[in-house]
Amino acid sequence: MKAVRNTRVPNPRTSKEAQIIKRGPESQVLTSLQLNRESLISSLVRLLQCPFSSAMAIIVMAISIALAGSFYVLVNNAQQLLDSMQVGKQISLFLHEKTSDQQAAKLARKLQGNKSIEKVNVISRQQALAEFQQYSGFGAALDALESNPLPIVIQVNPKESLTEAAQLKDLLGQMQHEQAVDFAQMDMQWLARLQAMMKMANRVVIILAALLAIGVLFIIGNTIRSELQTRREEVIVTKLVGGTNMFICLPFLYTGFWYGFISGMLAWVVISLILFMINAPIEQLSLLYQSQFTLQFMSFSESILLLLASSTLGILGAYAVASHQLRLLKPE
Amino acid sequence: MLTANHVCKRYAEAGDALSDVNFHLEKGEMAFLTGHSGAGKSTLLKLIAAIERCSRGQLLVDGQDLSRLPDRQIPYLRRKLGLIFQDYKLLLDKTVFDNVALPMVVAGVGPHEIARRVRAALDKVGLLDKEKRYPLALSGGEQQRIGIARAVVNKPALILADEPTGNLDPELSAEIMYLFEQFKQVGVTVLIATHDIALVNQLNHRVLQLDHGRLLEPRL
Repeated sequence: MKAVRNTRVPNPRTSKEAQIIKRGPESQVLTSLQLNRESLISSLVRLLQCPFSSAMAIIVMAISIALAGSFYVLVNNAQQLLDSMQVGKQISLFLHEKTSDQQAAKLARKLQGNKSIEKVNVISRQQALAEFQQYSGFGAALDALESNPLPIVIQVNPKESLTEAAQLKDLLGQMQHEQAVDFAQMDMQWLARLQAMMKMANRVVIILAALLAIGVLFIIGNTIRSELQTRREEVIVTKLVGGTNMFICLPFLYTGFWYGFISGMLAWVVISLILFMINAPIEQLSLLYQSQFTLQFMSFSESILLLLASSTLGILGAYAVASHQLRLLKPE
Repeated sequence: MLTANHVCKRYAEAGDALSDVNFHLEKGEMAFLTGHSGAGKSTLLKLIAAIERCSRGQLLVDGQDLSRLPDRQIPYLRRKLGLIFQDYKLLLDKTVFDNVALPMVVAGVGPHEIARRVRAALDKVGLLDKEKRYPLALSGGEQQRIGIARAVVNKPALILADEPTGNLDPELSAEIMYLFEQFKQVGVTVLIATHDIALVNQLNHRVLQLDHGRLLEPRL
């Protein structure tokens, strides 16, 4: 080394020196690992060097991911709420306005005698009003009313053995014909409708996620394309000195990874913020249903999955564009 | 080392750039490629470096037929070549050291080996003390010598230079040519495209003269 440094006159190479130096496979793996690490870091540094343009792309991507993610979390929560609800085959009988408490009690006793009915519960007009005032937020408005507008409601729980929809419908029909009953409503119907709606919502989440993922791919692709353009000279010179496309591609894949990873993290924060903001009203709502429901945030594995998905999108978008553009970028 | 058999290159827009070019360069031979602008000097160099493909004919580099070379093998061919350009093609945001190291980095050489070989190459061109500078802080002659160091750091078998002295004054040009002669002496094949006839006449090397895409009969 010293000898080389001290000689100022060009020294002719020996034939031994002229040979291509052979390297063991270990050293090659080591260098490629080192290269990977350097690439990983230098691509992050490059990203941080132009914070404005990177931030724009990252924010747009994060919003897209957060949109899909928060919708997914909400649908998931709603599904859990539905599952937790006792799939009550509960029937509510709304009595005519003029029905007295005595008449209601009499009807309740009669229903209790029915062999397909498990339990009967009468909710008086006062009870209903008190409950409504507490939870509906219309307390003051109700105070202004001269009389209680709410009807007496009899809640009827059919026997567990009654599972067929037709049997329940029969029972519903019977009670509908009671004189005091204004109308009878089977809660299962709205539950079934809600279940159907959940299925649709799930489908919508998938479609939305797919569309937003495509959007994210395009944002990444565009970002990588412009970076390739600004580093055009470097790409061409690297090609001229024998760099393979994979070698040239690698830093751009890392850039894509960082874009995906950072926007995934940002999206996670946004989703958590959204959930945090709607947590209080949801708790209120769940009280209304006398449910123990609490809003579920993203689980650890879901969070990891989110980061994994966003990073993968970043790498895929970068690969698609870089591999295509590299073929076009030729030395002249 | 380098053989051209009936090499033709036709561009769709510009027509024939090279027609029926035949020559052979032995290992360790140094030759000038001369001719007027547009005679096909650059085109021939591009074909040898696989930047472009022959339309017809056969080009053998170190026994390898370039017309049969798949695209993915091109980088490995280029690692056997040292390319030197009129505009140096240095990366301005990288230090002299990093510029010269690039061919070794892409070949996956270890850092210690890279440092040793880069310094040896810089020493050869007499710029060992400039390794931490950036190219724009150097003169044109120095930048070209950095380009040469980069071309030889991999110990290529064949050096291709496209107008290497095009932007330099006669004194610097002579210095650069002296470097090329040094490489020839250790067995490297050197092909230099130039239109600097005065310089060519000063030095006693083989001359390949192109005229409108055809190789003229050898003089000397």
